[in-house]
This record gives sequence, structure tokens and C-alpha cells, in this order.
Amino acid sequence: MRGSQVVGEAAVRAGCRFYAGYPITPQNELPEYLASRMFEVGGTFIQGESELASINMTLGAAASGVRTMTSSASQGISLKQEAISFMCGQELPVVIVNMMRGGPGLGNIGPSGGDYFQATRGGGNGDYRTPVLAGANCQELVDITFLAFDIADKYRTPVILLGDGLIGQVAEPVVFPDFINIEKLPKKDWKLDGCLGREARAIHSQILDAQALYDHNMHLKKKYDLITANEQRWEEISTEDAEVVVVAYGTPARLAESAIEELRSEGMPVGLFRPITLWPYPLKPLRELSKRVKKIAVFEFSLGQMLEDVILSVGERAEIFFYGVPGGVITTPDDVAQFLRSINKGDAKIGLRIEV
Amino acid sequence: MGSKRKIGKIVIDRERCKGCHMCIEVCPTKNIEEDKIRNKKGYHPARFKEGKKDQEKEQKECTGCAQCGTVCPEIAIEVYHAE
Amino acid sequence: MNTELTFRKVFGRPETLTDAVTHYCPGCGHSIAHRLVAECIDEFGLREKTIAVPPVGCAVLAYDYFKVDMIEAPHGRGLAVATGIKRVQPDKFVFTYQGDGDLAAIGTAETIHAANRGEKLTTIYINNGIYGMTGGQMAPTTLIGMKATTAPMGRDPRLHGYPLDISRMIALCEGVVYVERCSLASVKHIKQAKKAIRKAFQCQLDELGYALVELLSPCPTNWKMSSRDAWDWTNTEMTKTYPLGVLKDTTGYEAKK
Repeated sequence: MRGSQVVGEAAVRAGCRFYAGYPITPQNELPEYLASRMFEVGGTFIQGESELASINMTLGAAASGVRTMTSSASQGISLKQEAISFMCGQELPVVIVNMMRGGPGLGNIGPSGGDYFQATRGGGNGDYRTPVLAGANCQELVDITFLAFDIADKYRTPVILLGDGLIGQVAEPVVFPDFINIEKLPKKDWKLDGCLGREARAIHSQILDAQALYDHNMHLKKKYDLITANEQRWEEISTEDAEVVVVAYGTPARLAESAIEELRSEGMPVGLFRPITLWPYPLKPLRELSKRVKKIAVFEFSLGQMLEDVILSVGERAEIFFYGVPGGVITTPDDVAQFLRSINKGDAKIGLRIEV
Repeated sequence: MGSKRKIGKIVIDRERCKGCHMCIEVCPTKNIEEDKIRNKKGYHPARFKEGKKDQEKEQKECTGCAQCGTVCPEIAIEVYHAE
Repeated sequence: MNTELTFRKVFGRPETLTDAVTHYCPGCGHSIAHRLVAECIDEFGLREKTIAVPPVGCAVLAYDYFKVDMIEAPHGRGLAVATGIKRVQPDKFVFTYQGDGDLAAIGTAETIHAANRGEKLTTIYINNGIYGMTGGQMAPTTLIGMKATTAPMGRDPRLHGYPLDISRMIALCEGVVYVERCSLASVKHIKQAKKAIRKAFQCQLDELGYALVELLSPCPTNWKMSSRDAWDWTNTEMTKTYPLGVLKDTTGYEAKK
């Protein structure tokens, strides 16, 4: 199955029963898959009139207590930012899938990592964070889709699933877990289902009183601190004896993995640190790692977005090098290998050294 | 044996009233007037002319038609019918 | 001679409205509309199965006034949010309450498309020809010649286009079963508005399709008039651009009578 379809099937097995989205390459396979699959499982599929309308439909469905999802790519996700900010203020769980494409603006339909800032810093207004999960292969997409719904419900927050045009399109065999039992999910005592037997509830992010809004923001901060403490995920490959560690996520990490295999066979002590949660970023684990390696090599499909989180984490504890490819261009593992060889030699031919 | 003519009365919540005076405009029996004394918000609320029936020429007994309540934006007026 | 009379209450605050004093201006149509909607909810017994979507606009605090479940929507997105709610909870009564900015400016796409999909929703649309909450800017519904803070010389078709009659556009959609335009500015009009709202509610209860009631509403503050003048102006001037009456009715309710 293609990556986008994998996310769709994983979502319905994870209990998602409402999807609204708008066509945009390179993720059309996801709404197309769900157009029939959602119907089969008794859920609702709506092709909204825009990405904007779609995410607002998921907002309404989420407030009703249903597991919901929307998806888009890059500029379509830009349109969703207002609603994401609202959902954070309103504390609604929604899963938002972004299959990144080349930008800025209309760009192209190639895979990119250009929306890292948008995802991890948020493109909407106000003090909020959203958990961001990034997978590097289709099987991992299954796992992080289930995880995304769980994190969303547990903490009452939107969660972003960050993919790209490559992982959305690549077809790999996967194993799906069984359907979860929706009845067994924790009850949502905040949902809006009519005030029978209880006081009427209102869900709103508007809080006009300054002190009350301050308090609400502090409440959100506590939540974000809790997520930061409990939900960081990352993978390390061959870092025990590494002198150079590549830091990459998603498709770039996959390319780096191949490069590392090749270089290891040449005897170069190189490893991979692969964040799976881009927010909360595994700052401390990377910091600890950077204390015992000489060089950190950041590789991403952008001009240097995750790089900033690496700088925050590593500081001057190790030398930081960067190789970034924007514009929907896919490099080969060989390009990554050249980058790493260049770092090793110190000839500065590929990538650049970052002054911290 | 009940009288054919309906008898009604209204109760105006003067603190809820915002002094738009549309009730005064629509009352067919001229039973509502502007209260000279302001309420806490500073409005001159509407006032039911209870007990001043002999003072106005056009004023007749309140019939509880509820036109005042119908137009009141604040639902500051409760309307009662005599049994 | 005068025996003590006992009185029974025949008119008062509906059960569905809270006791809160509204923040609406003196003479504003919003709280009248709130009362009519609340009375209909009471009469149909819907309070405990209603989920409503207030606008961004003067009625943004409607959740302080109605004792029903309510969800805030970003400005204009009310009908998209309501679509999501109704699709996953089809047995609930879901309505949006929106102003002219929310429904007919920023929310035009969501409005037309929810109507076009024939969503089983009801919309109460308050048209006062101006942006009230933000202090009197021009709305798509502002009348020609009418002054607003962002059209200080008055609305000029060459610069600002013509007033938008969105109810007529909505009535063109097949999934829409009932559209009526009423006024809130007299006893007679308020009573007709109540009838229209009841009918629009009935459309959802019978699962016929999308229904909308447009309520021309006085805005004394931003029209810079007394309440009395604003109410008159609603009925004499607003109705020239927005004639009252039924714009669409495929419900068959009249034929059944």
C-alpha cells in the first residue's frame, strides 16, 4: 500500500470515524482511500470545499467526541493554521496529516521538509504547541498514526503527522494492528452531545478576561510540559562508537541510513540520531549524545529548519555541519555519503559548517 | 362570571432595562412611561404606570396584550393576565 | 368593591435563556432573536439535544445566554463546524446563529457549500447591514449610500459593489428547502419571524434539508440613530434592498395545512 493509504487504513483501525479533506498533490490517495473505506466502517467522509472548510468540519466532529482526521500538503496546511490555533485553545483532539511538498507558495509536488517550522513552531496565532510525529517508512506510519490519535485524545490536543511526497507515494508491505474497540476508549467528559442530564457546556477559546486567559495559557503550558516530559521519541542507529552522527528525520533519515551502511563498511564511525517526535524534540538525548561525539551532521530537505533545534540542543558541544536540499529535490544516499565524507576530511566541499 | 374585557399587568425589571423605550412606543393603552430615576447602569428604564390611571387621557387599563414584552430586547418585561 | 385579582404569567423569559443580562445595545435586534430562538427550543423540547454554533460578531458571547451546548467557530466557519457536528450526531439538533460578516463575507464559501450539500442544519442569519462588534465597518450587506467607518462617504457601487443578498443565492441551491426573510422591528414582524423560525426548526426535525431565516435587525448604535428611528429604518429602508417574505419553500408544509 502507498504511504498515504497506509495512514488512512491505520486511522480507521485506530478508531477514526470522521475525515474531511480537500484534494492536493501529493496526498490525494489518502482522501480517495477514505472515501470508500470510511463508508465501510460506518464513518463519515466529506470532501470539503477547501482545506479551510475541511479542518473546521473536523473541529465540529472532534467537539462531538469522535476521533477525527484531516490531511493536506504544505500550502493547504497553511490554510488550516487558524483552526489549529483554535483547537489548541479549545483543547480538541484532531490528527492533521501533512505530506510536505516543495515550497514556498505553490512550489512543486516533490517531497520536502520545508514545513518543519510551520509544524513545530506553529503557523497560527498565540502561545501553543502541537505534537509532531514523523515516520521514515510505511510500517512506522502505521505506528505513529495509532500513536497520534492516542496522544491527541490523552492530552486533548491537535497532533500533526509530518510526511512528505515520497513517503506518501512509496508502496511497501505493512502489518496493521487489529481494529481498536472504540467503546473501550476513555470517555470524553468534555464533549458536546446535548445537555441531557447535565449542565450545558460551551467550548471556546475566547476568554475576554485577561487574568482568566493568562490562567488558561498557563494551564496549556503545563500540558505542553507534560507532553515534553513523557512523549519524546527518537531512534539511534550505530551511535555507540560513532564520531560523526547524522541528525535527520523522515525520508532524509532513510537516505542517511543507507549512506551510513555504506560508510560503516568503509570503516567510518558514523551513526544516525533520528527524531520521531519533532515536537517535543528529543533535545536532551541529542545533547547527551553530542557530548561524546565530535561532529553532528544535520541533513534535511530544507534550508535549515530542524537545524535550529539541533543548535538549541547541541550548542558548542560538538561541531555542527549542515546539508540541506530544498525545492522538492530528492538526493540519493550517495549524496549524503559524500557530505559525510567531506565532513570527515574537513574539506568543506559539501554542506557547511555552522558557527554557533 | 368573568368580565369580557381582559385585565393584565406587567412587571418591568428596571435593572435589566436598557432604556430603548420601544415598549412605550408600542403599548396600545399608554401604560408605560420613562422612569425619571436612572437605574444602576445609568439608563432611564421603562416604568409601568401602575396606579396613575386617572392622569392620562389616552391611558386605558392594561389588557396584558404583551406587545411590550414582544418588542423588549432584554425580556425585562413579564406579562400577567388576571384570572 | 375591587376584589383582589389573581394574576397568572403569560409572557416571560424562556427556559432556554440564562438569567444573564446581555451585552447588546439598547434596541438591538439580537436579544429579540435570542428570545424567539429560545422559545422555539422550549416549544419543541430541544434544549437537551441541541448543539449550537454562535458567530464571531456581536453574538460571540451567545454561549453565556443560551442553556445549550455550544461550540465557538472561527469567524465565518460556523456552517463547516456545524456540518461536522451534525454528520457525526445526526440525531441532535444543530443550528448556527450568524451575522452578516460571519455568514456573508468571510464565511461565504462555507455558507454556500453547506447549503448546497443540503446539510440538515438550520441557520438564523442576523442582517443589520453593518459590522457591529468591531465598531461599524461596512458589511457586504451595507446599503448603497449608507455610511460606515470604512465607507465614510457612504457605500458607492463603483468602489464597493452592491449589497449582497446572500439569502437569494442560497435559495438557488437544490439542497435548500426553506428560506424566509423577516424583520425584528415591530410587533407584527417579530411574530412573523417567530413563525419562520419554527418552520426552519421543523425542516431539520423532519430531515428535509437546509433552512435559513434571515432577520433584518436594527443596530441603533452603528447606524447612529435612536432605537425608534433604527426600528423604522429597518422596515422602511432595509426592506427596499432586502424585501421581506419567503424566498424558497419546498417543504410542502403550506400544502398540508
